[in-house]
Amino acid sequence: MNIAALIGGVVSIAGAVFLLLAALGLVRMPDIYNRMQAGTKATTLGSILFLIGVAIANPGWSPRIALLILFVVFTNPISSHALIRAAHFSGIPPAQKTVKDDLADRPAAGGPS
Amino acid sequence: MADLLFWIAGGIAAIAAVLSFYRVIAGPSAADRAVGLDGMTIIAISFIAFLAVVSGRVIYVDVALVYGLVSFLGVIAVARYLERGL
Repeated sequence: MNIAALIGGVVSIAGAVFLLLAALGLVRMPDIYNRMQAGTKATTLGSILFLIGVAIANPGWSPRIALLILFVVFTNPISSHALIRAAHFSGIPPAQKTVKDDLADRPAAGGPS
Repeated sequence: MADLLFWIAGGIAAIAAVLSFYRVIAGPSAADRAVGLDGMTIIAISFIAFLAVVSGRVIYVDVALVYGLVSFLGVIAVARYLERGL
């Protein structure tokens, strides 16, 4: 029995559980900002764990997996930040329980362009 | 045995993809749908890595990399469209 493949499978299952929790947050959170919070952080961690599990099970694939992990870490926060900023400036209100909105008194960034 | 573990992980990832597809269908605004789609693409990257393990071909990891690149550009384009039009 291959021990490395077993460890990789267990790590991958942990990552998949994080992905499932992120999707659950996407379904159950009250407004778009909370949904993005759940859907970005947890999916980043989940996909990193999943890919690390794949790399443990197949050590020869490690360079490509490392490149993919680096790519996910760099692009996922950027895309979610741009998306949620666009949602805020297009006028979607936050949930009733929100206590602080630092961007409330600013007009749309950049103006017309 | 190890293959079974990866199948379980892939099944859980598939359930997660279905759950975030619910947000794509039911989201009240366009930005909600884009958020659901963003989550789905990240889950799909992991799922393609699972396919690479099950089929034993390293080329699918490259497919996951290109898919992530395209989805990142797509989300950036949608965000720019929502903010001030294309």
